Amino acid sequence: MIIEGKTGSWEIVVGLEVHAQVVSQSKLFSGASATYGGEPNAQVSLVDAAFPGMLPVINGYVVEQAIKTGLGIEATVNEVSVFDRKNYFYADLPQGYQISQYTRPIVSGGRLVIDLPGDTTKTIGVTRLHLEQDAGKSMHDQSPTKSYIDLNRSGVALMEIVSEPDIRSPEEAGAYLKKLRAILRYLGTCDGNMEEGSMRCDANVSVRKVGATEFGTRNEIKNVNSIRHVMQAIEYEANRQVEALEAGETIRQETRLWDVARGVTRSMRSKEHAHDYRYFPDPDLLPLILDPEAIARIKTSMPELPDAKKARFVDAYKLSPYDAGVLVAEQEQADFFETVAKGRKDPKLAANWVIVELFGALNKKGVDVTNSPVSAKNLAGLLDLIENETISGRIAKDVFQFMVETGKDAASIVAEKGLVQVTDTGAIDAAIAKVMAENAAKVDEYRAGKTTLFGWFVGQVMKGTGGKANPAKVNEILKAKLSG
Amino acid sequence: MSALNDLTIAQLRDGLKARKFSAREVADAYLAAMAKQRGLNAFILETPDVALAQAAASDAKLARGEAGSLEGVPLGIKDLFCTKDVQTTAGSHILEGFKPPYESTVSQNLFDAGAAMLGKLNLDEFAMGSANITSYFGPVKNPWKRKDGKDHVPGGSSGGSAASVAAHIVAGATGTDTGGSIRQPASFTGIVGIKPTYGRCSRWGIVAFASSLDQAGPMTRDVRDAAIMLGAMAGHDPKDSTSVPLPVPNYEAAMTGDIRGLRFGIPKEYRVDGMPAEIEKLWQQGIDWMKAAGAEPVEISLPHTKYALPTYYIIAPAEASSNLARYDGVRYGLRVPGNTLDEMYENTRAAGFGAEVRRRILIGTYVLSAGYYDAYYLKAQKVRTLIFQDFQEAWKKCDVILTPTAPSAAFGIGDKADDPIAMYLNDVFTVPVNLAGLPGMSVPAGLSGEGLPLGLQLIGKPFDEPTLFRVGGVLETAANFKARPGA
Amino acid sequence: MSLDPATVARIATLARIKIAPDEQVRIAGELNTILDWVEQLKMLDTSAVEPMTSTVEMVMPQRTDQVTDGGYPNRILANATEPVRVSATEEMGGFFTVPKVVE
Ligand SMILES: [Mg+2]
Ligand SMILES: [Zn+2]
Repeated sequence: MIIEGKTGSWEIVVGLEVHAQVVSQSKLFSGASATYGGEPNAQVSLVDAAFPGMLPVINGYVVEQAIKTGLGIEATVNEVSVFDRKNYFYADLPQGYQISQYTRPIVSGGRLVIDLPGDTTKTIGVTRLHLEQDAGKSMHDQSPTKSYIDLNRSGVALMEIVSEPDIRSPEEAGAYLKKLRAILRYLGTCDGNMEEGSMRCDANVSVRKVGATEFGTRNEIKNVNSIRHVMQAIEYEANRQVEALEAGETIRQETRLWDVARGVTRSMRSKEHAHDYRYFPDPDLLPLILDPEAIARIKTSMPELPDAKKARFVDAYKLSPYDAGVLVAEQEQADFFETVAKGRKDPKLAANWVIVELFGALNKKGVDVTNSPVSAKNLAGLLDLIENETISGRIAKDVFQFMVETGKDAASIVAEKGLVQVTDTGAIDAAIAKVMAENAAKVDEYRAGKTTLFGWFVGQVMKGTGGKANPAKVNEILKAKLSG
Repeated sequence: MSALNDLTIAQLRDGLKARKFSAREVADAYLAAMAKQRGLNAFILETPDVALAQAAASDAKLARGEAGSLEGVPLGIKDLFCTKDVQTTAGSHILEGFKPPYESTVSQNLFDAGAAMLGKLNLDEFAMGSANITSYFGPVKNPWKRKDGKDHVPGGSSGGSAASVAAHIVAGATGTDTGGSIRQPASFTGIVGIKPTYGRCSRWGIVAFASSLDQAGPMTRDVRDAAIMLGAMAGHDPKDSTSVPLPVPNYEAAMTGDIRGLRFGIPKEYRVDGMPAEIEKLWQQGIDWMKAAGAEPVEISLPHTKYALPTYYIIAPAEASSNLARYDGVRYGLRVPGNTLDEMYENTRAAGFGAEVRRRILIGTYVLSAGYYDAYYLKAQKVRTLIFQDFQEAWKKCDVILTPTAPSAAFGIGDKADDPIAMYLNDVFTVPVNLAGLPGMSVPAGLSGEGLPLGLQLIGKPFDEPTLFRVGGVLETAANFKARPGA
Repeated sequence: MSLDPATVARIATLARIKIAPDEQVRIAGELNTILDWVEQLKMLDTSAVEPMTSTVEMVMPQRTDQVTDGGYPNRILANATEPVRVSATEEMGGFFTVPKVVE
């Protein structure tokens, strides 16, 4: 996106830092539960509350999850990485330091291909992914004089995933987050739930004149909790910076907050004084040394990721890239589609039914595909009935409505309601004869050349058969009869 | 028969097993001795109820013939070990009143072996000190007095442990050693102390000072007792990522008395400038004893020795500045109010920490801060590598190293107090051992001209504590150190 | 490298230890004594030396991912100054409190 200012055209430069909560039972360095929620301070071990003499022991599954994620973004998984202490004081940081990775992260140098309008893509570099502890939660509204501290989040495993400053518009930022979230969900390494805070995003935003090679001074917008808000915050912040620069001001590097209610970013005073985190290797831990064979094993067990799946859908099912993109956005959707489409002569029909009818119905109900009242098997059953001409496509839509409402399978609904398609030519002949007899004037008009009446005749015959007549057969016989 | 509190752990163990006396009688004898010696200020908290309950349990077990290796043996626990529901202070105002809801692995191991806890022993605040004068709960006195009767320091930081073992008010005590805090006070009080290999004893539940250097160990009246006690303390702990999963050897069985053919290294760099002649003489005496026992002296070089202390005084404060950040007035311990969160932190930590702890936190904060990290902290870590490599080279030539434990005997309370560097020099012979993660033992070997005890240090290869016990036993026999404080 | 009182004030703030302005000079002096003494490390050439963080020569152990800890808020809060309980039953948990933070 280019911002046209008074003094010329400006380019937006954005890098994103995503904190993704690792899917695991227990915390990064303690055996306390990592589940969301819980009574205050009930999911806290002595380690998480930093009691004297308590020591961290790393969760091996979390390490595996980070490796998986690193492989998923085509990055290098480092055989040696180091945990450092990031020292600062805050009410929700009981140790007085966060165990993180600084100079030697577990993953570095990855990339993410984002999908942009018009079936175009762009590659965004991923600088690094490292493991670190989450902090606890401070609540400031409970008392006039105190802040309350709940350490249930303290020590939960996070992956901090840092992009290169390759993003050039709010739309690209949105596409990056969507793609990253899809990959994390495919891998099962983060549930991507931004509302519950299991995926959080900080945006580093700067602007520069188009053609400039140096980066401008950046500001960091902290903890924006939806993709839409990230996009809005970047747009606001970029325009604010352009206005400030064009007014002759300089941009001061600072941390800003997205104010959802007012739709503006504002300076965070509490983060203002200079930090000096005094990182050093945590002496309670040893370097994290990974066995290359273990990395290789994880590599062979990787699921098919969205981009590969999309390419395969276009290739194997002859879908448009757009439809394939819609289907692979969530793994459950893609799996649903494949169950419906597998072995079918017309997979595009399956794609249409899933995207238009099913997603439409789910949208109306406000549920996602995992809670669909119509199972993939039942939708496949419905398509079978269309393909073997038991019902017409029109009737199928009615049947589908019943399926959405009742959760029953197509065949029983068709049987129950007596919706089996009439293919018996005798019955169709009779219905046609009846319509022609009752509308002799129209038959004459048709024969005199007003062939546009054909559709009207079809409609009448279908009505006469309660919609159950096979439309192709009706067409064929009607054409012959009308021609006399 | 001598008084029960004059028996060694080995003698107590055997006597209890043979039902010559009960654990209750032993506990009573120690509680009486403890009450008589309150003037030493060795305990921050006496726990007679705990000791008596444990003694009763031990008597029941002894009656069933189920005795553990320390069944019925009353110990003192350095107040750096967290003890469940029993106040644990680390010698600091900031932890006054703190009752941990958990038991440190080492103290639990000792209790599992049948030991009883007489109380929590005084120490330098957060184990930072070499004289036990920085404790918020007051200095500890050395039970040994100079001929003129002047009060002396017991060494530190495990000063309460050393004083109470020497004064026979505990049968043995736990200590911790970050730069010499077991060995130097052992030397100053005429007892045995061993700092095992880093990773041998679990650090879980021990208030951390400098995590990469801290190690727990026993302080006892003789080498055999140290072997028995370390055998109970040591072992792999999955709750400590730096605990090494090796089986614990039978240390007592290692004391064969036979060191024939053993090569022992004499590091030439340990002949430091200004070392008192009596220390030099003691060291030579040690060499002669070992030669007489059939061992062979080898001159070795540990060229980076003189850099060990400055290296230590960067690394230890750096780690401490971070380890002590958790004392913030929020979840336990002292809180001094403030109008803002930061004011509350600053007031609490200013009032809660003593001068030496504050000084080390500031130094540690500085050497890690932006612009100074490479010049100080990273540099120190590199020199640590060189010191480690010095020892690796030495092991090509010898099986064990013999040095003095400290460059002097105990000094008077109040001496060196205003000169931190003179104080730090106490640890000149012990600090390199911590930096290299090696086991080191101090064995009482003689008396100074003033009549104060002096110790010799044995340094071993990683996890070669058995050799230290074997050689320590031989030195002990040769030295025949029988002097008693106040005798 | 000599440390001035302003630097003492800065590191004291980083370490969250209140130091009265009239103490800064004295403390700067104490710290400089120690820093001047550790200065001797500069004499060593360590350009080809790897830094050492641990003497333990083993691969760091890893836990299996199981919930084995937590679930005792009453123990977690027992030593706190001015905790706030959610309800009378201790198992319900509660909060630590600090002076109100304005963000
Ligand atoms: Mg960050
Ligand atoms: Zn982070």
